[in-house]
Amino acid sequence: MSPPASPATPLVQIASVEKIFHRGSEDVLVLADLNLTVPTGEFLALMGPSGSGKSTLLNLIGGLDRPTKGTVSIAGERVDRLSDRQLAGWRARHIGFVFQLYNLMPVLTAERNVELPLLLTSLTRAERKKHVATALAMVGLSHRAHHFPRTLSGGEQQRVGLARGIVTDPTLLLCDEPTGDLDRKSGDEILDLLQALNREHGKTIVMVTHDPHAAARATRTVHLDKGRLSTAAAP
Amino acid sequence: MKFLHLIWGNLVRKKIRTSLTLLSILVAFLLFGLLCAIKQALVGGVELAGVDRLVVRHKVSIIQLLPESYKARMEKIPGVDLAVHQTWFGGVYQDPKNFFMQTPVVPDEFMAMHPELLLPSAQAEAWKKTRTGAIVGRNTANRFNFKIGDKLPIQSPIWGQKTWEFDLVGIYDGREKGTDTTPLFFRYDYFDESRQEGRGQGLVGWYTVRVKNPADAAAVARLIDEEFANSPAETKAEPEGAFIQGWAGQIGNIALIVASILSAVFFTILLVTGSTMAQAVRERIGELGVLKALGFTNGQVLGLVLAESCLLSGLGGALGLGLAWLFTSRGDPTGGLLPLFYLPKTDLLLGVGLCLALGFLTGIFPALQATRLRVADALRRM
Ligand SMILES: Nc1ncnc2c1ncn2[C@@H]1O[C@H](COP(=O)(O)OP(=O)(O)OP(=O)(O)O)[C@@H](O)[C@H]1O
Ligand SMILES: [Mg+2]
Repeated sequence: MSPPASPATPLVQIASVEKIFHRGSEDVLVLADLNLTVPTGEFLALMGPSGSGKSTLLNLIGGLDRPTKGTVSIAGERVDRLSDRQLAGWRARHIGFVFQLYNLMPVLTAERNVELPLLLTSLTRAERKKHVATALAMVGLSHRAHHFPRTLSGGEQQRVGLARGIVTDPTLLLCDEPTGDLDRKSGDEILDLLQALNREHGKTIVMVTHDPHAAARATRTVHLDKGRLSTAAAP
Repeated sequence: MKFLHLIWGNLVRKKIRTSLTLLSILVAFLLFGLLCAIKQALVGGVELAGVDRLVVRHKVSIIQLLPESYKARMEKIPGVDLAVHQTWFGGVYQDPKNFFMQTPVVPDEFMAMHPELLLPSAQAEAWKKTRTGAIVGRNTANRFNFKIGDKLPIQSPIWGQKTWEFDLVGIYDGREKGTDTTPLFFRYDYFDESRQEGRGQGLVGWYTVRVKNPADAAAVARLIDEEFANSPAETKAEPEGAFIQGWAGQIGNIALIVASILSAVFFTILLVTGSTMAQAVRERIGELGVLKALGFTNGQVLGLVLAESCLLSGLGGALGLGLAWLFTSRGDPTGGLLPLFYLPKTDLLLGVGLCLALGFLTGIFPALQATRLRVADALRRM
């Protein structure tokens, strides 16, 4: 894992971002003149009502989508200006994703799922194996390496998802409601892991959540409502 | 190669659907192989026909006989190099099922006419010394396990009910893979003397004529027909290829029939495989979105889907063509009716080409659909 960088360096810089979706003839303004800075080493919780644009914002940070207006810079790179092809390579190098529904490949074992992002690197098979083993050990699932997702519990699947998210040691870990589908105990295990990643390995994390209990684990919480951010207390 | 797990896993995730699709592709390519072999058996002789050879038969039909004396008259016609005759013997070896052609010929001139039949010179010598001698092709020799020195009893209802007994003095091979090595040839002098009184002494079935210059073949054919015009036995001379085609033509335009059947089969298989692939990709939109989120490029996603469709077609095609190859390599399945039954290499290559085309065509549209997918949208469909 990367050494903790100076917490003062802003890793994510979002300036005057607007995002409009076109639905038929209708334009939906989801994000309006939004500004956000995430310093390196922060564990940021992003809260807000359903449909407020949390996932949309996360997608912009992760280079899965481009803003209609404004700039998105990650580690000094203008992500909003990259082509699809460049974005794909950039994501592979810099971003780890963890999804609410785990989104594992059902036809691959836990180990092979975790290995997927490494297939895009030039690592040898032996190196990949080593990285996968490390990531699985970190989430405490070494003993499940050869299991298929359908034979794992939700909490275990999400831990595999987390292992897949960190196996490339990404610059930034993005989690969209990682505990949204889990019971409290499994959710807490994931949150423990995220917190450990942030504290012990200095990983910068942006986590979307509905759950104030989850948000409490973060170092900072921001609220998104009607397309705007506020740091005010939760409703 | 490192993506093989993913490709293979996706291919076999719907086992029944994949097996059924695989089976249809297999059957299509098996059918392709067998039909190509049948087509080869029926019209393949045309390709091997000598360009410098004419076949001269009775104008009315092939079963009407021509005088043996025509040989000398034909050889006097300018442009004619050699004329040799054969006669349909229609004999039966033990059982009518054991069909193979037999004709009486004059050994020297017959072998001169047909350099594609390879007979060791010692055996050719033996044939000249043995009045009842016969030679047979490798195919038939293997089929009945004939050995040189065997006595072959053959019944011929056409030329007298008695059993003819031939001494096997030679076994010839074909120069080309497609050369027909089923017929048995025996001596005309023995035939003419031994056929029953009143069964066409001095008459023969048809002539093969070699012209000096293939470019003159049509003109020479006209001269031959003119030579015998207004005689009791008028002739029809045509290039050997056309003559063989005429035979096959009696069964219909084989190549066209085969091509139509195969087109229908491949159109069907294209739809079957295409819908399997389209469905496979549609079910997997979310997963493809995840791959893209992880950093797979459009090109890599396209490659994954194409690899899967090509693997599917490739497996089915290889199994089908393999089975067809196995089946046809055992030779004529009808016991003599289709002596040239084999799967030509060119058709096998065509099959491999079709197989690749099938994989590409059935994969490319779902694959393109997968690349057009916006990651954010795909993820919402997980
Ligand atoms: N591709 C799209 N096309 C059209 N509208 C979209 C698209 N993506 C998102 N939206 C709309 O943008 C708004 C914000 O969606 P988003 O998914 O970001 O919300 P969210 O805050 O993540 O909600 P939830 O908490 O339910 O996940 C919603 O009204 C949604 O319908
Ligand atoms: Mg969301």
